[in-house]
Amino acid sequence: MTDRTAPSSRVPIARRKNSLRLWWRRKSTIAFAMTLPLLLIVVALVLYPSLYAFYLATLNKSMERFVGLGNFAFLFKRETFWMVVRQSIVFALSAVIFKALIGLIVAHLVHNVPAKGQRKWRGMLLIPWVIPPAMSTLAWLWLFDPSYSAFNWLLERAGGSAVPWLGDPYWARFAVILVNVWFGAPFFMIMYLAALKSVPEQLYEAASIDGANAWQKLWFITLPMMHNIIAITVLFSLIVTFANFDIVRVLTNGGPVDQTHVFATWAFRIGIESNDIPLGACVSLFMFPILALAAIFILRDVNQRTTEG
Amino acid sequence: MTAATLPTNMPRTLSGSMQRDRRRALVWSYVFLIVFVIFFLTPPVYMLITSLKTSAEISAASTPWWVFAPTLANYAEILTSPAYLTFFRNSALVSLLVVSITMLVSIPAAFALSRMRFWGSATLATGVFLTYLIPDTLLFIPLFKIFAFLHDWTGIEFINHWWVLVIIYPTLTVPFCTWIMIGYFSSIPKELDEAALIDGASYLQLLTRIFIPVALPGIIAATIFAFTVSWAQFLYPMAFTTSTDQLVLPVGIVTTLIKGDVFNWGQIMTGALLGAAPPLIIYAFLMDYYIAGLTAGATKG
Repeated sequence: MTDRTAPSSRVPIARRKNSLRLWWRRKSTIAFAMTLPLLLIVVALVLYPSLYAFYLATLNKSMERFVGLGNFAFLFKRETFWMVVRQSIVFALSAVIFKALIGLIVAHLVHNVPAKGQRKWRGMLLIPWVIPPAMSTLAWLWLFDPSYSAFNWLLERAGGSAVPWLGDPYWARFAVILVNVWFGAPFFMIMYLAALKSVPEQLYEAASIDGANAWQKLWFITLPMMHNIIAITVLFSLIVTFANFDIVRVLTNGGPVDQTHVFATWAFRIGIESNDIPLGACVSLFMFPILALAAIFILRDVNQRTTEG
Repeated sequence: MTAATLPTNMPRTLSGSMQRDRRRALVWSYVFLIVFVIFFLTPPVYMLITSLKTSAEISAASTPWWVFAPTLANYAEILTSPAYLTFFRNSALVSLLVVSITMLVSIPAAFALSRMRFWGSATLATGVFLTYLIPDTLLFIPLFKIFAFLHDWTGIEFINHWWVLVIIYPTLTVPFCTWIMIGYFSSIPKELDEAALIDGASYLQLLTRIFIPVALPGIIAATIFAFTVSWAQFLYPMAFTTSTDQLVLPVGIVTTLIKGDVFNWGQIMTGALLGAAPPLIIYAFLMDYYIAGLTAGATKG
């Protein structure tokens, strides 16, 4: 970079001597040089691997022979695959819906209390998001422990019976969703709180004078004003939750009998642990449709903004 | 805020009933906030409770929610265990290196993309944001294969070395940090750099003397983001490292402290809590920057 800045300091002389075009070209050369490391990282470590995944998915297990869509045909015939598809969709959709709902409720609660105390509440409520998920899921694993579960201890004291949190397929599915909601809801809360603060107070005052109740204010003022931020957080969260690995891996590792696997954990099991890289790549590619959908939405949004501005 | 303004311009009777309503709403808000705080804080608090117990107390029939004989034995054991200290060192090295690389790459790139418009720069800015959306769970298998291939080609072994993570983690941090830095740089008034350029400053001086100092809050927010992401990353070290001396904290705790059927939960919880400490400490002291970094991605975009 230093050898490029040297001529740039002589730019005024160059501009006087030559045309403006040369100066412009030099400026864009410097700019390009400054973005080059970024480009290299993005192209070599993100774009190339994601295209390479498509190629890998068309090879046989020992990666010597091209099998076309053979891996996909093989997957479609396996019952586990359809179970993973179903579980990934149920997991992502229900987790995102509850995260968004809880986030919205908690953001409203924090927004309701006097401004002085808001910092303290917000600080406490964001903690699940700050702890690395692999570590906090260990705490959940311990809370769900089959013989020493602290939840079951409470349930039994309350007169209930012990719940096989991670032993029963349905409870295990519930558990991974619960932990995901616990981890992700604070993020929604923070986003919605920021959005709530940006809604002008006069709108609510005007609505109060017109006799609107709290639900009407929420429906006709708050939600329309937050529409953009809700859309973008739900979209982000859908991608991240759909691609979730940490929580399922630590909590159930896919069990019992593969019932809680999502695409990411199953791809890891097949691609890394069973050493079938092409089939693993094949499984992970099923996260692409949701990505493409998100990309279309975001690009449309960017285009709208550029045509407006 | 409204509570303060209402009584002055409203009839007395109405303001009385509204204040009563407000007070009731406030009480309910506190009640539900407490419920949610309990839900959100149960796992970390339970980690702390367990970490202070002896193995005997953990397996005793007494209440799991209280410590009767608190002890720091788990902490002493974890902090003198060579394996755990290795994990901690690896994590610290990886995170610090990744943060430095991220800043060195994304600050100049964001500067160029936000100020020195060149052919394709707008497209590139959007493209960077889109690459941020490609998840690690899609990339780890092709990356694994690529590093295996590079090993055959160059003879350098990438897999099972902690420093391979330093190569990979920037894919998680650089796009997002560049994106939020573009946002911060764009908010700096153009007059400032025009004035500096007229005074004869070079672009490098413009960046180091004006943009970095002015956008410092944004840089701190991006640094915190890069650090927490690299500290918490679990999938890549899980796929790329296996030897005990090459593991980073999250994977080290998950794979080595859980041995077979014998779970030493006191130590697992202590290890996890200490592993969660660096991001928690940063959050405690720099909460506003942390939150600014979180919300910047969506609101500035």
